[in-house]
Amino acid sequence: MLEIKNLHARIAEDGTEIIRGLDLTVKAGEVAAIMGPNGSGKSTLSYILSGREDYEVTEGDILYNGESILELDASERAAKGIFLAFQYPVEIPGVATMQFLKVAMNEQRKYRGEDELTTPEFMRRVKEAAANLKIAPDMLRRPLNVGFSGGEKKRAEILQMALLEPKLCVLDETDSGLDIDALRVVADGVNALRSPDRAVVVITHYQRLLDYIVPDTVHVLYRGQVVKSGDKTLAHELEANGYADIIGAAA
Amino acid sequence: MNMQQAIKMTAAESALVDAYTAQIGDLPGDGAVLSLRDTLVHELRTAGLPTRRVEAWHYTDLRTLLRSVPAADSTAFSERVDAIVPGSSVLSVRNGQAELKTIPEGVTARSYSESLIDGSAAAGLAVLGADDAIGRINGGLVRGGLEIAVAEGAELKAPVEIQVVQSHGQAHTRFPVSFGAGAKATVIERHLSTSAEPSFVSSVSDVTLADGADVIWIILQQQGPADTHLGQIRFDLGKDAKLHLFVINAGGKLVRQELHGKASGEGADVTLRGINLLGGDSHTDVTFTLSHEVPHSTSTEIIRNVVFDRAKGVFQGKILVAKDAQKTDAKMSCNTLLLSDEADFSAKPELEIFADDVQCGHGATVADFDRTQLFYLLSRGIPENKARAMLVNAFVAEIVEELEDDEALVEALEGVISAWLEKHA
Ligand SMILES: Nc1ncnc2c1ncn2[C@@H]1O[C@H](COP(=O)(O)OP(=O)(O)O)[C@@H](O)[C@H]1O
Ligand SMILES: [Mg+2]
Repeated sequence: MLEIKNLHARIAEDGTEIIRGLDLTVKAGEVAAIMGPNGSGKSTLSYILSGREDYEVTEGDILYNGESILELDASERAAKGIFLAFQYPVEIPGVATMQFLKVAMNEQRKYRGEDELTTPEFMRRVKEAAANLKIAPDMLRRPLNVGFSGGEKKRAEILQMALLEPKLCVLDETDSGLDIDALRVVADGVNALRSPDRAVVVITHYQRLLDYIVPDTVHVLYRGQVVKSGDKTLAHELEANGYADIIGAAA
Repeated sequence: MNMQQAIKMTAAESALVDAYTAQIGDLPGDGAVLSLRDTLVHELRTAGLPTRRVEAWHYTDLRTLLRSVPAADSTAFSERVDAIVPGSSVLSVRNGQAELKTIPEGVTARSYSESLIDGSAAAGLAVLGADDAIGRINGGLVRGGLEIAVAEGAELKAPVEIQVVQSHGQAHTRFPVSFGAGAKATVIERHLSTSAEPSFVSSVSDVTLADGADVIWIILQQQGPADTHLGQIRFDLGKDAKLHLFVINAGGKLVRQELHGKASGEGADVTLRGINLLGGDSHTDVTFTLSHEVPHSTSTEIIRNVVFDRAKGVFQGKILVAKDAQKTDAKMSCNTLLLSDEADFSAKPELEIFADDVQCGHGATVADFDRTQLFYLLSRGIPENKARAMLVNAFVAEIVEELEDDEALVEALEGVISAWLEKHA
């Protein structure tokens, strides 16, 4: 489903290279965890996957379902099924949450040649998904992410994911700032989306989330490269021994 | 012969003077009104329209910008338009003709031409000063309008829409409106055009709020892309009166909307909110002066501008705090989103403070899209043009949301904004 080949990317503004020859393959149905110390390029990778223009790909390619997506803009990638749950969800005063959800869902449907949702159908879906994630209706009446607590913001990201039904879900530190109950709700939300035609990339620092969302593969990112890959036991190893050994071997 | 008559009139100046000459004998007014009209038009002829050398018109050189003025056409016809907020009482002036069909309880109204004919309008026709070009043009040529009084203590349930509809030609209207003590009302002064043909509109509203009156006054300017709109509102607030002024410019080619007022009573509170939606080759100027004349009065002004294409915008905001007006609290801000390289906005906030115990502040910024917000919307599959429109909309919608007590009003104004943006973005 996702094939990243020898990817090099830099910050467009000042040319600093952040991703330095990264290879990663994620198959349909797979849950891949990406771990790595702070500053190793995990968020940058997630932004590049979703098409943020602050970064420039200088070498290599990203294939999604066998086709390069480098020429697609962020909204096209989203409409094709790539979703990023942000590490820091963005507040937008003046944009109503419900209106935002409706526009996003319908624009993606339009792109795919599907009919727009009727208002009752839209309301039904939002209500159901919100109830599953224990999101209070009052939160949905506020402007987008404005005044949401850290945990509410993360849950709102998963709500969007559930409504947009993407094929490739990238979760950037969705676990940070969540207490154990919220973590469980969020993990359930992600697990509910697991299916043979969908892939999930979970970016995290901690083993904790991976107890609930059990990964098929684990990859360690360091200085813009995948320096080690393995199965879920690798996550346990990292938890026990830290990154030092792996980083040492890679350096 | 007066030396000043030597100035060579521009096409627009000649057209205005000609419009007057052609209508002599037909323009309503008693002896006093007619002689005032003569004086005003004579001043226009000798001084001409203001240029950038006149400080108050520095950013809007009317003499250069006003290329032509369509001839007055009394046979012009325009269709009826629905109220912007459903359920409002509509008092309209269509092509200069007043229509008084739905006068709500607690309100009295008559056609302004009656006040011209009986001479009671004369005092109000005086200009505000030598640079009051709008007052001068309007006073010389005014034909119709409405004189409205809201009774003491009346609380109007639905908005009153003063609807000025012009299909083409010229319209010069006046609206003296008084609010009795403790009256509560929402008035929507709405200017619109029903055709793409050019029209020239001057309109002066003269608003007085007696003690404790609480008024929302919305000026909604939605004229056509070839129209000139010269608007002015004069206002005066008594003790503890509250005036919430809301100006939305969403049309017109050459627009100047002036707001000049006084907080004459202690505890008076003035709020100005302005939204300028500017596109094409339009030039739009909002000029505000407020004089705090007594202690303990307050004001806040927030202006948000969205400028596309080659449009130009101007905001001049001047707050005067008189020597005796201690404990005044005045705040002013003007934020602009420039959406093309050729778009332009000039902001000139000014404070003149003669008292020493006051709190006043002002700020002007030019904003850009927040890249992170834009990316967030794109990453949810919202195409870039739509995402940008949402952010522009959010930038101004925030201000409309302040009127949340009246949901229908908020919805109507948000509708105006999103319809405009859909057409221009
Ligand atoms: N837009 C940017 N401007 C400046 N520095 C950036 C930018 N994006 C990423 N970086 C830098 O790139 C490195 C990787 O950052 P990031 O991808 O956020 O790491 P991680 O998510 O693994 O903690 C850091 O040193 C960070 O400061
Ligand atoms: Mg990160």
